[in-house]
Amino acid sequence: MSSLSRDDVANLARLARIEMSEAELVSLSSEFTVILDAVARVQEVAGADVEPTSHPLPLRNVFRPDVVLPSLTTEQALSGAPSQEESRFRVPQILGEEA
Amino acid sequence: MIYLSAAHMAAKLAAGETTSVALTQSHLDRIEAVDTEVHAFLFVDSQGALAQAAAVDAKRAAGEKLSPLAGVPLALKDVMVQKGVPTTAGSKILEGWHPPYDSTVVVNLKKNDIVILGKTNMDEFAMGSSTENSAYGPTHNPWDLTRIPGGSGGGSSAALAAFEAPLAIGTDTGGSIRQPAAVTGTVGVKPTYGGVSRFGLIAFSSSLDQAGPCARTVLDAALLHEAIAGHDPKDSTSINAPVPQVVKAAKSGEVKGMKIGVVKELNGEGYQSGVRTRFDESLELLAAAGAEIIEVSAPNFEYALAAYYLIAPSECSSNLARFDAMRYGLRVGDLDGASAESVMNLTREVGFGREVKRRIILGTYALSSGYYDAYYGSAQKVRTLITQDFNKAFEKCDVMVSPTCPTTAFKIGEKSNDPIAMYLNDIATIPVNMAGIGGMSVPSGLAPEDGLPVGFQIMAPAMQDQRMYLVGAALEAALLTKWGAPLLSQAPALAGN
Repeated sequence: MSSLSRDDVANLARLARIEMSEAELVSLSSEFTVILDAVARVQEVAGADVEPTSHPLPLRNVFRPDVVLPSLTTEQALSGAPSQEESRFRVPQILGEEA
Repeated sequence: MIYLSAAHMAAKLAAGETTSVALTQSHLDRIEAVDTEVHAFLFVDSQGALAQAAAVDAKRAAGEKLSPLAGVPLALKDVMVQKGVPTTAGSKILEGWHPPYDSTVVVNLKKNDIVILGKTNMDEFAMGSSTENSAYGPTHNPWDLTRIPGGSGGGSSAALAAFEAPLAIGTDTGGSIRQPAAVTGTVGVKPTYGGVSRFGLIAFSSSLDQAGPCARTVLDAALLHEAIAGHDPKDSTSINAPVPQVVKAAKSGEVKGMKIGVVKELNGEGYQSGVRTRFDESLELLAAAGAEIIEVSAPNFEYALAAYYLIAPSECSSNLARFDAMRYGLRVGDLDGASAESVMNLTREVGFGREVKRRIILGTYALSSGYYDAYYGSAQKVRTLITQDFNKAFEKCDVMVSPTCPTTAFKIGEKSNDPIAMYLNDIATIPVNMAGIGGMSVPSGLAPEDGLPVGFQIMAPAMQDQRMYLVGAALEAALLTKWGAPLLSQAPALAGN
């Protein structure tokens, strides 16, 4: 029986950068008891002798030639920005406050 | 005209019996008439579509050699980025975003002069099986407006079934092309992973996501498949090999001597009786067409659903980290002195819906230190076992088959508070994504008990997509003979007719 407490969910929400109301934390925590029980079934057959598969294609380091290709202009790249200043993305302060 | 197949429309265009502008306008009129009931579209690009259509007509008038689907309209799932056209992936966090570039699928559609009518509704970030998770409200199944059109690509499948478009683009991470096709009586194909570029497909689970064609006939799906498939240097997981000859296969439909493996584990208990009736009938028809029906076993498929609901959330928790309120999309709480982190937290609270949050949290947990091996690591091992099951079975047969879904379309709202019941919809479609192979759903008739469409799933080994089209075309032809008309001609008329 796996479960996640309200505090566990709050910690995960903090790691995932999602603000959550108290009601949401509580209801997600109760849902996770059911969901984790269902997904924990993978452990029944995942023996030490089985190799993991992360991807359906056996690809490694697919590179293209290192040449300059056409790309977005500054205006295009900034076209969806919530806020901009002097041809740059303007973001809220990232220093000066405890995370 | 809107009731014809895409191939038939293309033939009329080539013969000069109609124009792309006229054809596009009739679809725009149809959308105007019925989409208030169906809600297949999030955005209708009337101006862009008509301009594109006029350009194709001009090319044709000038005697230019055009591609097979030139001038035929299409509905694009809103997870596909299209330059200058609002693209939301069904999420509030992208509301109002106009992408500055085209996805490779869109580039290929434009290259083939396929006219893009607009963007179709979907579960937010393609997470769901009913389109109820769209931040913009649900789509309704044209067979019964109180029921779901499948998901995540319910807008695309409903647009086809409501004759709002003859072609559509879907994406399939765990069944999001095939399950909507099954419950709306349309055709949906998930090509081999890497067969169609993912560049510009807003990522959900990168090792599973695959774009593919949706249509009303197997040949139409094949024509669209060849138009969008092929190697793309912008997607490092794109396969650098010739595109399987799916149009040739769809035109042939020859299954004589083919070995069709019925997956023992994807039938029986948990499958609605009418779904089984239609499945058995399809097998008889394929046997009568000369195929050999055998039984194959895939013992690890029963763990596929559990593994999927660890792998997909894990990958999504990482992919969706890009929605950080900094470079594009929604930004909430950007007041004087607010930190970047608090803006991110508030934006993601408001911008993401419940299912998306649920999966991000689940994925964050599955990848967290101390739990990684037990959850994500074990799920990756199950992925290996499922691939081995497929490989063993394909030693005995050319394709594998099963019902596409355990049930017909359920009522809107019926399962929205029960995530596990919702996840069970995908039980037969998920193994294909885990192994990265191809899967197709073709209509197999109506379940006698509720009169709703049932899908027949065909699975083929990687890069052998043409085999699905052979079997799909054979079944489609046999059923057409039996019914005397396409399945969709039995769908109830919409009030807008």
